[in-house]
Amino acid sequence: MALPQTTTAGEKGRFGPFGGRYVPETLMPALEELERAYEAARADASFQRELAHYLAHYVGRPTPLYLARRLSEHAGGARIYLKREDLTHTGAHKINNTMGQILLARRMGKRRIIAETGAGQHGVATATVCAMFGMECVVYMGEEDTRRQALNVFRMELLGARVVPVTSGTRTLKDATNEAIRDWVTRVEDTHYIIGSVVGPHPYPTMVRDFQSVIGKEAKEQLLAQAGRLPAAVVACVGGGSNAMGIFHEFIPEPEVRLVGVEGGGAGPGTGRHAAALSAGRAGVLHGAKSYLLHDEDGQILPAHSVSAGLDYPGVGPEHSWLKDSGRAEYVAVTDEEALEAFRLLSRLEGIVPALESAHAVAHAVKVAAELAPDDVVLVNLSGRGDKDVQHVAALLEGSEEA
Amino acid sequence: MSAHVRPSPGPLTQAFFRAKAEGRPALIPYVTAGDPALGSTVDAVAALADAGADIIEIGIPYSDPLADGPTIQRSGQRALAAGTTVAGVLDMVAAARARGVRVPMVLLAYYNCVFRKGEEAFAAAAAAAGANGLIVPDLPPEEAAPLRGAARAAGLDLVPLAAPTSTDARLALIGQVASGFIYCVSVTGVTGARERLPETVPAFLARVRAFAGETPVAVGFGIAGAEQARRVGRVADGVIVGSALIDVMERAGSPGAAAAAGARFVAGLRRAGGTARAG
Repeated sequence: MALPQTTTAGEKGRFGPFGGRYVPETLMPALEELERAYEAARADASFQRELAHYLAHYVGRPTPLYLARRLSEHAGGARIYLKREDLTHTGAHKINNTMGQILLARRMGKRRIIAETGAGQHGVATATVCAMFGMECVVYMGEEDTRRQALNVFRMELLGARVVPVTSGTRTLKDATNEAIRDWVTRVEDTHYIIGSVVGPHPYPTMVRDFQSVIGKEAKEQLLAQAGRLPAAVVACVGGGSNAMGIFHEFIPEPEVRLVGVEGGGAGPGTGRHAAALSAGRAGVLHGAKSYLLHDEDGQILPAHSVSAGLDYPGVGPEHSWLKDSGRAEYVAVTDEEALEAFRLLSRLEGIVPALESAHAVAHAVKVAAELAPDDVVLVNLSGRGDKDVQHVAALLEGSEEA
Repeated sequence: MSAHVRPSPGPLTQAFFRAKAEGRPALIPYVTAGDPALGSTVDAVAALADAGADIIEIGIPYSDPLADGPTIQRSGQRALAAGTTVAGVLDMVAAARARGVRVPMVLLAYYNCVFRKGEEAFAAAAAAAGANGLIVPDLPPEEAAPLRGAARAAGLDLVPLAAPTSTDARLALIGQVASGFIYCVSVTGVTGARERLPETVPAFLARVRAFAGETPVAVGFGIAGAEQARRVGRVADGVIVGSALIDVMERAGSPGAAAAAGARFVAGLRRAGGTARAG
């Protein structure tokens, strides 16, 4: 099998047949400008030094790699190591990307930043770096999500951002993304759009992956130092797929390392209520890129469903689609119920409350570890902390006990 | 690379030539198919043709229309809520032809609707229904080669868009691949009627024309009424009116009244356009 092109996307930003730039003409010059600016920054040692400085002293990198002994015992197989992205400033991997992009936006002379957000984690990470650099910040958020995640709306406003509730379509993340793109079409001269995942038109999927790839680089080094070996499997949750690309990327050239992406399985396969674009969708075009997605026979985008707002997205990053089709990575779905169980399991066994998104990865990692030998290692990206979900989970558990 | 061979002018381009011979810009109203029902869209298309439309642009409603402002978004959501499908829209076009509508029709479709059906299948079905061209607002020329080939094979024009932000290099590419006409977006923004259009429209059109050769240039996005249509018509070969027309039809109440109100509005634009080059 030929290894997929991963260091840079190929012609026109393609990963195999996926990716590309499917956007209104108005945005094409801005994407060309962004691509040039990013390529220049990537090759510029002073940009990389500046980014490394803020990642170390503001974000809190490197994050720890932690051997989860009691979780490993529970699984009864391989040792499970957790890459603790939950310990970054703002509590999730999202800030690795927003820090990189805000430095790039400053370099490009943009004064205004826009972002989309689902649960609010990317919105908070964007508002945070905007506050830090004194930039104007507008965050688009589905009206439905502003209700479900009122606390994150308050956090973003506290950080000086303006949160715009989006009332079009399904009033969730995909519609917030549409609205952010519409804003960008209108204010493209002075505005940079910080996309929160490895989705969108080229160069976003490559750029966001590069900014997140610090996760896998650190984890590989830490694992070699602590366990003296490469992992048998790397497990990460996939919504848009940025934390997964971030931890996978470094391991793609190591053919003995299995890469496993875990999608939001919602109510389960066959129910039509899930967010498993890779497991159950088919190729299409959404938000500027060709990739697997959930859509009907007319190409109308179908609503996604997951207990975790961060996985509640009908599309996925194009590089994941290519990793799936090329066979380099495998993708599975974990149901809401399994994720909630893992949420409680990790809290009880390790004293770590994971984000509901990350709980999907934990749930599947336990299954993977159970089938491996004690010598083996499973690496899990614990992409975020679960404080944001505590209230939501409490309400769900109360509801299920009453039922 | 072989030299670019421009096919002989099809029905869309010929509609521009006819209007030009009459000393006026071509008038291109937009309606969303299926808003509020496909049957009423057939009535509206027939009424708009009678009112003097030179070309009719018919939107296929889409769940995620990211180039559109609130008016066309609402219109599309009404159409989808009414159960409008791609096959239904094509049947509607065929029904309009069967009703005797002769003006060229151009379909506006977001790319995923085309891609999901398959480019060749979509283009063949659109041509069989009686459409004359396609506008795909989220498909820039770099990504359009497969659909361009499929459209050409089916005898359809694939109309590209140009924007005020387009560089000269991009306008050269757009001019090279253009077929039917070039859809010039008047503003950096989404669709929707605006009180004022930017004063840079004439300069932008001059830039587009420098690369357009004989291909007509039409202006859309933001045109609110007769006065703006008249001003744009002085510098463009065609004027596209979407959101303002949908606003008028929305306010009319019943579907029957909407078709009549839309036709009156378009007739007014046509009268305004008719005097554009007289003075």
